[in-house]
Amino acid sequence: MFATLNDKLNGVFKKLKKQVRLDENNITEALKMVRMALLEADVNYKVVKNFIGSVQAKAMGEEVLKSLTPDQVFIKIVHDELVEILGGKDYDEGKIRLNSQPPTVIMMAGLQGSGKTTSAGKLAGLLMKQKRNVLLVAGDIYRPAAIDQLETLGKQLNCDVYSDRQSRDAVKIAADALAYAKKTAKDVVIIDTAGRLHIDEELMAELVRTKEAVTPDEILFVADAMTGQDAVNVAKSFNESLEATGIILTKMDGDARGGAALSIKEVTGKPLKFIGTGEKMTEFEAFYPDRMASRILGMGDIVTLVERAQESIEDGDAEDMAEKMAKHGLDFDDMLKQFKMIKKMGSLESIMRMIPGLGNVSMGDMDEKQFKKIEAIIFSMTRHERKNAKILNSGRRKRIARGSGTSVADVNRLVNQLNQMNKMMKQMKKKLGGSNKLNPAMMRDFLKMR
Amino acid sequence: MGFFSIFKKSEKTEPEKQGQQESSESSAGFFQKLKQGLSKTSGKLVGGMENIFLGRKEIDDDLLEELEELFITSDIGVETTMKIIDSVRDQVDRKTLKNPEDLKNALKEQIFNILNIDNSLVQTADRPYVMMVVGVNGTGKTTSIAKMAKMFKEQGLKTCLAAGDTFRAAAIDQLCVWADRVDVPVVKQSAGSDSAAVIFDAIQSCKAKNFDVLICDTAGRLQTKVNLMKELEKIVRVAKKELPDAPHEVLLVLDATSGQNALSQALKFHEDVGLTGLVLTKLDGTAKGGAIIGIVDELRVPVKFIGFGEGIDDLKPFDAQNFVEALFDTNR
Ligand SMILES: Nc1nc2c(ncn2[C@@H]2O[C@H](COP(=O)(O)OP(=O)(O)OP(=O)(O)O)[C@@H](O)[C@H]2O)c(=O)[nH]1
Ligand SMILES: Nc1nc2c(ncn2[C@@H]2O[C@H](COP(=O)(O)OP(=O)(O)OP(=O)(O)O)[C@@H](O)[C@H]2O)c(=O)[nH]1
Ligand SMILES: [Mg+2]
Ligand SMILES: [Mg+2]
Repeated sequence: MFATLNDKLNGVFKKLKKQVRLDENNITEALKMVRMALLEADVNYKVVKNFIGSVQAKAMGEEVLKSLTPDQVFIKIVHDELVEILGGKDYDEGKIRLNSQPPTVIMMAGLQGSGKTTSAGKLAGLLMKQKRNVLLVAGDIYRPAAIDQLETLGKQLNCDVYSDRQSRDAVKIAADALAYAKKTAKDVVIIDTAGRLHIDEELMAELVRTKEAVTPDEILFVADAMTGQDAVNVAKSFNESLEATGIILTKMDGDARGGAALSIKEVTGKPLKFIGTGEKMTEFEAFYPDRMASRILGMGDIVTLVERAQESIEDGDAEDMAEKMAKHGLDFDDMLKQFKMIKKMGSLESIMRMIPGLGNVSMGDMDEKQFKKIEAIIFSMTRHERKNAKILNSGRRKRIARGSGTSVADVNRLVNQLNQMNKMMKQMKKKLGGSNKLNPAMMRDFLKMR
Repeated sequence: MGFFSIFKKSEKTEPEKQGQQESSESSAGFFQKLKQGLSKTSGKLVGGMENIFLGRKEIDDDLLEELEELFITSDIGVETTMKIIDSVRDQVDRKTLKNPEDLKNALKEQIFNILNIDNSLVQTADRPYVMMVVGVNGTGKTTSIAKMAKMFKEQGLKTCLAAGDTFRAAAIDQLCVWADRVDVPVVKQSAGSDSAAVIFDAIQSCKAKNFDVLICDTAGRLQTKVNLMKELEKIVRVAKKELPDAPHEVLLVLDATSGQNALSQALKFHEDVGLTGLVLTKLDGTAKGGAIIGIVDELRVPVKFIGFGEGIDDLKPFDAQNFVEALFDTNR
C-alpha cells in the first residue's frame, strides 16, 4: 500500500548519485522519509524524534564508498541503528531463563485481547518440547469462559491446567497453583491473567499482589503488533507497576509493520523475547532484532538480502548481465543464471519471506519444485532456442514439454515469464536512470515479479 | 457554515429519508425502537481542558507542530494528518483564521465533517434483521455482540445470537455465557463445525420462530489470511440463500488501540464482504482511535457504535461531535 522506504530513498538520492559524503544538506530529505516511514509503521511520535536525532548524528560525514550508492549507505545506517535499539546483532534473548530451583514461575500481563492466553499456551508448548513439566494456571476470573479457553488449550497441548472455578480471588489462585506445582514437581508454572487497562488502578494492584504472592522469574508483557501510538503509555505503566522481564509481540502474521516494538523497547528497556505468528499453538518464534528492523522500515529483510546478494553474486556475473540486459534483453540462459543466483542466496521460500508484501503469500507456484521444473524446461531447449525465444513455435514447445516431462502450458508460461522479465527490466532501467548496478530495489522488484 | 454547524449533529445523524417506500408500518416501529436505543447518551468521552490552545495568542510554527503531534499520537496517521492540516492551511495563510481558537474550530469542523455521515442502521422489512460481526483477532467482537443484544432486547426486540466462531478455543462457551447473562438464545454447533452452516441454521430458525434480530459472531481473522477471508465470503453467500438481503449489517470491529493497520483491515474487509458500519472498541483506555478518521474518509462507511468497557452496558451509538471533542481533549 505504501511505497517502501527504499523506493522513496531511491528517489531522494537519485539527484546526488555522484555525492561522496553524506552531509547535513543531502540527508535532510532522507531523514524526513525515514521519519514518515516510522510514523506510518506506528512508532510513537516522540520515539521517532529521538531516533531521527541519533541517525542524523551517525550519518553525518559518512563516506559513500565507490561500490555503493548513497541510499544504500544511508539505509544501512538507519537499519543498523534500529537493530541496535531493538537488541543488537547477536541477540540471544528469545528464550526463557529457567530458575535453577524449580518451578520457574512465569506471569503474563497485558491489555485486553492482546494474546496473553494464547501466548501462555504457546509458551507451555515450547517448554514441553524441551521436556519440561509445565503447569498452566487459569488466573483470569473475569472474562467469560477464560478458564474454558485455557483448559481447551491445555487439552490440545496435553498440559496440566490449574483452575478454581469457585474462587473470586485471582491472587489466591496463583498462590494455590504454585503450591500445587511444587507438590506435583512441575518445572515451570505459567500464570495467565485477565486483560486489563493500564489505567485501571484496582486491577493493576491485583497484578502487583499476584506478583508479590508468587515472585515470578519472568513477567512477560504481551502486546499486539498492531498497537498504535498508545503503546508507549501502556507499556510504560505496566512496566512501572510490575517491572516486566520481557515482551511478547503477537499477531505478527499480519501485515502490521509493528512499530510498537520500537516504542515499547524504548520506554521499557526490556528485551523483546518472542513473537506470535498465528493462532495455532506452534506459531511462536524467538524475536530477532534485524528482522523486526526491516519490517518496521517496510523493506522486508532487504538488508540481509543485499548482503547475501553481494556475497554470493560474483561481480562479473552481475555486470555481464547488466550489460546484456541493456543491449539485447534477456534470454533463457540469463534466466537460468538468475535463478541460480537466487538459489545461491538461499531457498526461494526464505527469500520470499523477506520481501515486503510477499511474506504471507503462500508459496504455491514459486516453490523449489517449480524451480526444478523451470530448469528442466530450459535444459530441454537447444542452444539456439535458449538464445532466441521467438523461434519457439508450437512444434518446438511440444517437443520441449515432452523432453522435460512438463506440459505445453508449462512451457508457455515460462516463455511468457521471460517476456515479462524483459519488459520489467526495461522499465527498471528507466527508473534507475540508466544505471545497471544491482541494488536492493532492483532485486526486490525482480523477485516480486515472480 | 462555521463553528456552530458542529452542534447541529443530532439532526444530521437522524435517518432522514431512509428506507422510504418499502418500510412498512411495523418496520418503522421496529426502527423507532432501535433508535431509542441509539439515543442513549453518556458524557464519558466529553470534557476536560484543551491544553494546546490554552494561553496562546498566535498561530505559529510551535502551535502547528503541537497539533501535528496531537494528531499523530491519536493514531490519525501521517497522510490524514497532512490532509486535515492542509485543508486549513489556506485559511491560515489568508488570515481568515486569526487566532488559535479559530484554528481549533476549523480543524474540529474538518474532522467532524469527515465523521458525520449517516450512521443509522440499515433498514429492511426482513425478519430476522441479520447482523454479522467481523474483524481481526481480539478486537472485541464477541463482547460487542453481547452488548448489542442487550440493547435490542431492551427495546423489546426478540434477539438471537449465532455462534459463528467455531474455531477459537472456548469461543462458543464465551458467547453462551454472555447470552445467558443477557437472556437471549444462541444457535450453535460443536467446535470445529462449518461456520456458514451455523449461521444458515440460525437464520432458518429465527425465521421459523419469528425473531426480530439475529447477531452472528465470527472468528477473529487477520485480513491477510486469504483462506479465512474466503470463508467469510462463503458465510455471506450461504446466508443469502436463506434470506437474500442478509446480512443486512456487516459490522467491522476495530480496536481503538490499534494504529495504522486498522486502515488495511478496513480496506480488505470492505473489499471482501462489504461493510455497512464500524464499531470502535476499547475507548475507555488512553488510545484515541484516530485511525478511524482516515478510514471513514476513504471508505465512507460510518462508525455505528463505540465500546468503552467490558461491562454489558459499555456500548453506545457513535457521536461524531463527542468523538471530536475527546480527540482535542489532551487531558485524557
Ligand atoms: N493471528 C494471530 N492471532 C493471535 C495471535 N495470538 C493470539 N491471537 C488471537 O487473538 C485473540 C485474542 O487472544 P487471547 O489469547 O484470547 O488474548 P488475551 O490477551 O488472553 O485476551 P483477554 O484475556 O480477553 O485479555 C484470539 O482470537 C487469538 O486466537 C497471533 O500471534 N496471531
Ligand atoms: N476495556 C475494554 N475491553 C474490551 C472492550 N470490548 C471488549 N473488551 C475486552 O477485550 C477482550 C477481547 O474481547 P472479545 O469480545 O473476546 O474479542 P473478539 O474480537 O471476539 O476476539 P476473538 O474472537 O478472539 O477474535 C476481552 O477481554 C473483552 O472483555 C472495550 O470496549 N473496552
Ligand atoms: Mg485471556
Ligand atoms: Mg470472539
